[in-house]
Amino acid sequence: MTDINAVSNTPNSYKWVGTRPVRHDGLEKVNGHARFAADLSLPRMLSGHVLRSPFAHARIISIDTKEAEAMPGVKAVITSADFPEPHRKDYVSLNLMARDKVFYEGQAVAAVAAGTKRQAKAAAEKIVVQYQELPHVLSIDEAMAEDAPLLHENLITKGVEPVPGKASNIPSRTLFERGDLDAGFKEADVVFEQEFTTKVVHQGYIEPHAVVADTSSDDRSVIWCSSQGHFMIRAKTAAMLGWEPSQLKVIPAEIGGGFGGKTTIYLEPLAAKLSQKAKRPVKIVMSRDEVFRATGPTPGTKLRIKLGAKKNGKIVAGKAWLAYENGAYPGIWGMLGAMCLFAPYDIPNFYVEAFEVVVNKPVNIAYRAPSAPMAAFATETVVDQIARELKLDPIELRLINAVEEGSRKPDGPKYGPIGFKETLEAIRNHPNYSIPLGPNQGRGIASGYWFNIGESSSATVHLTEDGTAIVVTGSPDIGGSRASMALMAAEELGIDVKLVQPRVADTDSIGFTDVTEGSRTTFATGMAVVGACRQLIDELRKRAAMMWEVDIDEVEWMDGNALHTVNKHAPLALAEITKSAKKTGGPLTTTHSLEARGAGAAFSTQMCDLEVDPETGAVTILRYTTAQDAGTAIHPGYVEGQFQGGVAQGIGWALNEEYVHNAEGVMENPGFLDYRIPVASDLPMIETIIVEVPNPKHPYGVRGVGEVGIVPPIPAVANAIHDATGLRMRRLPMSPMTILAGLNQKNGSA
Amino acid sequence: MNRRHITCTINGDKAEFLCDDDESLLNTLRDELGLTGAKEGCGTGDCGACSVMLNGRLVCSCLVFAPEAEGATIETIEGMADGEHLHPLQTAFLEGAALQCGICTPGVLIAAKALLDRNPEPTESEVRYALAGNLCRCTGYDKIVRSVLDAAAQMKNNLQEGDRL
Ligand code: FES
Ligand code: FES
Repeated sequence: MTDINAVSNTPNSYKWVGTRPVRHDGLEKVNGHARFAADLSLPRMLSGHVLRSPFAHARIISIDTKEAEAMPGVKAVITSADFPEPHRKDYVSLNLMARDKVFYEGQAVAAVAAGTKRQAKAAAEKIVVQYQELPHVLSIDEAMAEDAPLLHENLITKGVEPVPGKASNIPSRTLFERGDLDAGFKEADVVFEQEFTTKVVHQGYIEPHAVVADTSSDDRSVIWCSSQGHFMIRAKTAAMLGWEPSQLKVIPAEIGGGFGGKTTIYLEPLAAKLSQKAKRPVKIVMSRDEVFRATGPTPGTKLRIKLGAKKNGKIVAGKAWLAYENGAYPGIWGMLGAMCLFAPYDIPNFYVEAFEVVVNKPVNIAYRAPSAPMAAFATETVVDQIARELKLDPIELRLINAVEEGSRKPDGPKYGPIGFKETLEAIRNHPNYSIPLGPNQGRGIASGYWFNIGESSSATVHLTEDGTAIVVTGSPDIGGSRASMALMAAEELGIDVKLVQPRVADTDSIGFTDVTEGSRTTFATGMAVVGACRQLIDELRKRAAMMWEVDIDEVEWMDGNALHTVNKHAPLALAEITKSAKKTGGPLTTTHSLEARGAGAAFSTQMCDLEVDPETGAVTILRYTTAQDAGTAIHPGYVEGQFQGGVAQGIGWALNEEYVHNAEGVMENPGFLDYRIPVASDLPMIETIIVEVPNPKHPYGVRGVGEVGIVPPIPAVANAIHDATGLRMRRLPMSPMTILAGLNQKNGSA
Repeated sequence: MNRRHITCTINGDKAEFLCDDDESLLNTLRDELGLTGAKEGCGTGDCGACSVMLNGRLVCSCLVFAPEAEGATIETIEGMADGEHLHPLQTAFLEGAALQCGICTPGVLIAAKALLDRNPEPTESEVRYALAGNLCRCTGYDKIVRSVLDAAAQMKNNLQEGDRL
């Protein structure tokens, strides 16, 4: 009976799905009561402070903590010696506390717990670390050079034949190919080849990382922190401590933004260890400076791409060479870029080669559709060039080449039903597409792809005595997902969404759930909620049958009531059944866990209208329109919010944001004044079009919506700048200086 | 160093605390007084998450020394609702989905209220400039700006209805 893949009704008959109720956790967020990690205090709590490396690359000769330990208020000092030697591929543990070397400026070297923040900081300054500086590499070119200084002496590139005989800064190479590349390019009437570079940028969540850990006994710790997944915190913290996950309980605080940046740990094992040594709870809160220097960011890249098309607009061949920085340890960012680069187009012949590159910068972590925005910058710019050369409308050219159901992704699998073409058509049909432009103004179009993921989720639904449904999941809510869970539960149970209370429970109180990432929560955790609700309905029917003394097959569930199909009994409301629960078998509660498969691919097409000031090179965004396939929008308000947030971040990345390192490898702009993210006066309204091509693998047709919105903005802005000025932008950020230099060069040579 | 004794009024109630000379008002509110509604996003005056009203003026509390609060009147997000009654801005933010993670929300609401108190009928661009000191990384500002405009319209309506009664 309980089939969570059964599709729920027809879209138009939904009562709750697709509505915009006030979110359940909203009130406490507008009155200042919501508890984020840094808001928690415990009795006897100490403050922690982390000592960080001032060098980009150096050997640690010695660490002397004696003087620090004698400082006022100090209760514990830790270094890597307090942790078991990590597995050589446990890059998270290796990153969190430097052992024999520091690999970037800002890497943690030691930590102190003391009575106050000031005492902890003062003591940390008394730790004496002797370093021997080593030559560093800061860029892809430096790191890939023949005689480059090495970060890791034993790093042999994976994915090349024959296996290289010596170490390098290139952990791996990924290759995707299809068809016959040479024949493809021979067929082409136009061929463009371009090189692009992009800078390291940060996710820029407004809440710095924070944790409180209480390791009151030697073999158990309770951790409060904000993250995108507290089961991930449990696993990674346990690994670094050398503990079993069951020795930790992680309680999720409200999370003040993550965007991928809170899918890993930074402070948790340090706080747990300090607490264990001091036998008191320890709180550590990062400063913004630490957030920039030691967490996040997303890779800088160097990309070469070549596309060939026939006169009719059909792209027949594509070649790409991609290099993604990974920061100090190996990652997967180049591979993800290779998966996304040509994914929107059906290209019969291609060859995509991607490299991971380690550099002396903070370890990279996911940022919303990780690696896809840079790849799209390259592809969508060259696609725009082809459209201009062939005098084809840029949307028409994309429609000619767009993937559809049954097309293959670059990495092999076939697409299910997808809404890419629908997003293109939605933009073409939007009135903004034909608004006339003035002097120095330009319009840019770009599309983007993200694959979305499924993974493990758990949900429990409890009915209270008064008939309220408490919906418990293990997915931290980073953008309104609790509202989506409540809406799906209300739809399933047939009760008012106000009678549903969505909650996020700690690691002891709900089944294992993977990280909130890959736009998976409304999809996968939503499926678990639907599953638990359907089991609950079976149970409610059973209870009604007992109350009526009839066979369960004579009981149906509709609109929150048990109905007797042969009409002998009046309907029984959910609340009436819960009231008699004691007499019919006890509490009404069900749990559903699953490994979700079939997350639908997401596409977005966006249009940017902007104006370039020819005197200063400054760009003003005039209008912005985005169309994205959501599958089904469960709460359209938060779906639009995801679209808009992604666009704003993409515009910041395009125009302003970058890590600036000096020659010593020290970050020079670790604050919001110099690392400038968009402010309200930088942006116009962001018009959204929700395209709904349901994902058949989800009971309500959901595909993830969180990520793909950040993919098209960079090329949309770049293509619009070209439309306004004739300049092809191939380097990020497209700052006034870069644009002005381009304009001057162009005018000078004209 | 001797700690200083400060007396002030916070959200209409008398408050007293001890602080070091160079402690920030933000840390004092959060760590000494348990008013954690104001958030620290940067500690350097760049994000606005710590916004409060000090003697009727919008300030970044991370840039105010706690001793400056002596004799002052302070309003924080915790005092924005009137008992059970939310301020129209709070209602508009809830109905307009103007918050995602919500970490910026207290500061944005305080800054928006400061704007509406002095300019009850702002244009979109006046709202954008008034909130330019409040960073939000989640929303792209669209729904925030719309909700502030909605709240302004609602407050004007309420006033007119009040006149008619
Ligand atoms: S914390 Fe005060 S402005 Fe950011
Ligand atoms: S809602 Fe998250 S920063 Fe504004």
